[in-house]
Amino acid sequence: MSLRVTMATALRVLTQLRRDPRTIGLLIGVPTVLVVLLHELFADRPRVFQSIGGPILGLFPFVSMFIVTSITMLRERISGTLERLMTMPLAKLDLLLGYGLAFALFAAVQASVVSAVAFGALGLEVDRSPVAVVALAIGNATLGMALGLFVSAFAQTEFQAVQFMPAVVFPQMLLCGLFVPREEMARWLQIVSDALPLTYSYDALRRVTTAPPLGGSFALDLTVTLGATFLALALGAATLRRRTP
Amino acid sequence: MQPAAIEIHGLRVVRGGREVLRGVSLEVSAGTVTGLLGPSGSGKTTLIRAIVGVQRVAGGEISVLGAPAGSRALRDRVAYMTQAPSVYADLTVRENLRYFARVLGAAPERVDAAIETVALGGHAGQTVVSLSGGERARASLAVALLNEPEVLVLDEPTVGLDPVLRRDLWATFHTIAEGGATLLVSSHVMDEADRCDELVLLREGEVLATGTPTALRLQTGAEDLDQAFLDLIDRAEAGT
Repeated sequence: MSLRVTMATALRVLTQLRRDPRTIGLLIGVPTVLVVLLHELFADRPRVFQSIGGPILGLFPFVSMFIVTSITMLRERISGTLERLMTMPLAKLDLLLGYGLAFALFAAVQASVVSAVAFGALGLEVDRSPVAVVALAIGNATLGMALGLFVSAFAQTEFQAVQFMPAVVFPQMLLCGLFVPREEMARWLQIVSDALPLTYSYDALRRVTTAPPLGGSFALDLTVTLGATFLALALGAATLRRRTP
Repeated sequence: MQPAAIEIHGLRVVRGGREVLRGVSLEVSAGTVTGLLGPSGSGKTTLIRAIVGVQRVAGGEISVLGAPAGSRALRDRVAYMTQAPSVYADLTVRENLRYFARVLGAAPERVDAAIETVALGGHAGQTVVSLSGGERARASLAVALLNEPEVLVLDEPTVGLDPVLRRDLWATFHTIAEGGATLLVSSHVMDEADRCDELVLLREGEVLATGTPTALRLQTGAEDLDQAFLDLIDRAEAGT
């Protein structure tokens, strides 16, 4: 492991991202437009927007970073740059942390812009600090990145990688409690929901945006989210092989 | 005779259920430019990948500079250029080289030196995606030259390049070898064989012949190496 290589990798990933202003525009513009849309959709029921607005802000980076990472890492595998790096003095962790740093930084920008619009222009209010929402958003971005990194090993083409989004992200979105409260789900859906990391990320977001004390569940939420991120990173590292068949 | 920089004994590689390398043994002398020649599908790329330690092998031993192929100690002493240009298409030539230089721990001024060597000075600020095929190959080659490695393993580095540039690059390879480095260069173009100090002819996963270009001519009595290679194939087939 080397700080020099990790930082060089983060810088390289950010330079690549900067080369692609359209992707940056989409990554920041689309969630902003969606939040505005959500606000307008519930124009007559402002309480709905107030209750789901905060958590949604925190979930966008999860989705974006999942897609961006799975495609970028797949490109790295296909183009031969990964193979070349694997012959160089670069630890797998250097590569993973380099990606993690770059995308966490980008997620911070994304979450800040979208939050500024939601809290500033759309009058979204949460019971705790908006900073907590942004912080959790960055955490979710890292989770999305780690999962994207892991699944990229199972895609041979970019088409397949894109299909992992509905396969991995949608079920977690549906079951996390955002659309239907978990208490109202069928027992077996609750069990599935219990096993999905986004359930805990969403719960953490819900807790920082509402008044009741955070309590022990919040600590559990953070632990599971962090644990899932490290597990996915470890699994992702295991898929980065120096020797391939 | 120089000591061997690369030593391979009984190397076997199985890919997709097929035995791609079937007991390859060879030595590459230090300080030489050795050509790895053979028709496409003969196992050149697989052999090269095994030497740089990214190929899973089924058996045999490979040692590079006295250490097992792919071991940690070799990672900044052995340079590898893949067949398809492995550089980031969305970065400029200079950004690519800067990144790889940092990974390798090479001095920053090596970036411009490498760009100069592959004659990409006029394109250093261009993104790789906007370059021609030959220019991309040269950008990829420049990465292999960054940290002045002791062993360079280059998979078809001159494919798609014009004759002048090919001649210049081969001259560069010899300059690097004169500095003490060892180069293993694969090619499927026979007219490049004459530019090598030594040759390894690979066919269907086996070493068909090794030696200097002159020795191979003498061995077969053929004028040009193309014919010599064909004669060797005929002999091998008559023998089996």
